[in-house]
Amino acid sequence: MKPAAFTYHRPASLDEVLALFAKYGDDAKLLAGGQSMGPMMNLRMVQPEHIIDISRIEGYDEIKVEGGNLVVGALARHHDVANSSLVKDSCPVLAQAAGTVGHYAIRQRGTLGGSLAHADPAAQLPLVAVLLNADIEVTSAAETRSIPARDFFVSIMTTALEPDQMVTNVKFPCIVLGEGWGFHLFTRRAGDFAIVTVAATVTLDGNGKVSDLRLVLGGTGPVPMALLDLAEAFKGRLPDVEWVNELTNAAAKATDPDDDPRIPAEYRRDLVRTLLARALADCVSRCQEGQI
Amino acid sequence: MDGSGKISIALKVNGDSHEVMVAPRKLLSDVLREDLRLTGTHVGCEQGVCGACTVLVDGRPARSCLTFAVQMDGLNITTIEGFNREDGYSPLQQALHEEHGLQCGFCTPGIITTFEAYLVENPDPTEAEVREALSGNLCRCTGYQNIVKGILKAARVMRGGSSGEAVAQ
Repeated sequence: MKPAAFTYHRPASLDEVLALFAKYGDDAKLLAGGQSMGPMMNLRMVQPEHIIDISRIEGYDEIKVEGGNLVVGALARHHDVANSSLVKDSCPVLAQAAGTVGHYAIRQRGTLGGSLAHADPAAQLPLVAVLLNADIEVTSAAETRSIPARDFFVSIMTTALEPDQMVTNVKFPCIVLGEGWGFHLFTRRAGDFAIVTVAATVTLDGNGKVSDLRLVLGGTGPVPMALLDLAEAFKGRLPDVEWVNELTNAAAKATDPDDDPRIPAEYRRDLVRTLLARALADCVSRCQEGQI
Repeated sequence: MDGSGKISIALKVNGDSHEVMVAPRKLLSDVLREDLRLTGTHVGCEQGVCGACTVLVDGRPARSCLTFAVQMDGLNITTIEGFNREDGYSPLQQALHEEHGLQCGFCTPGIITTFEAYLVENPDPTEAEVREALSGNLCRCTGYQNIVKGILKAARVMRGGSSGEAVAQ
């Protein structure tokens, strides 16, 4: 299908973008990589009156480390995030996740800010942002402020963004030495939307017990689920088989996924158990090997 | 912009410059096929899934069905027609030809454009890496076996190594 007609704007600077966005608000959509909005427009699921093309705004695709955070510009493309040595060294779970988004050609154009603002419940990058509770910097003509990722995702394809705000940068806390991480997803075919995605980080103390634990599940609800209370309850123990079994069962039980005839709720819960066990095993082995 | 809402853009396609008047909603795939008559770019699903319409934008693969032509003003587009050489096929085209890496050919332009870029970035891929990258291009004929063989052979040829028996052809 073909998209509906729209008025095209390609402002040269962020200030001009924000002025247009302030003017048109809900009638305008930002276009960056177009890998989610393109299909939605072609299928006429969205018919914006104004398209503001931000893909050539300079300075918002940078990747840098600043004071314990990996700062990634909203226009950074998934392929560049996945292959950046800075990302691999300082926040490898993000690099791993970015390399699983869609397909090779899709990752060349899709952007971090686009993925976060689109907020597909199956998407990988919102999941990592929630895992690490990244600071999402949003900018409007009036102000720039940060929203913690755990407050940013409101519901399916719904975020805390106001109609005139755009995501400009994202600060991911770096994975530190001694912190193990894991990321696993299941898709029916390579590059499909994942049915379930999980990510975790584990830190072990001198006695080999879990001193810190972060968990997040995707595909089990409208937004990535951080399971904060559950993670707290499973600290202080050795990460043995029993711990993994109890934790993965508790995590599966904490979810209430859609009971779709094609993907029954129990199937998603089973995927949670399996994928989380794999992710936790990766976390623990990375901790023990002392690799980031 | 004129009265009809069309915008004049400069499209650089396969090294040639074109001035085209396009409505903003017109997809790059349609401008290539209808306005420039470059019908080697195939349109399959128009939602970014099948990969048949893949072209290169400044050297990087992109779905031309998820791209508005107006966005491409001044950028360098390479389509399947851009890989023709005076002396025949590119090494990738030759290897796909030799390995029977196509049947109906509908998906082939997207596969070639994708892997012309991919093999520059990753000249010595494993079979698993080729299959991962190939997952973005749907072929409903071949079962992919010969496409994978052809891509791996092309990689060997492009690295300057032996392509095996087919080198003699």
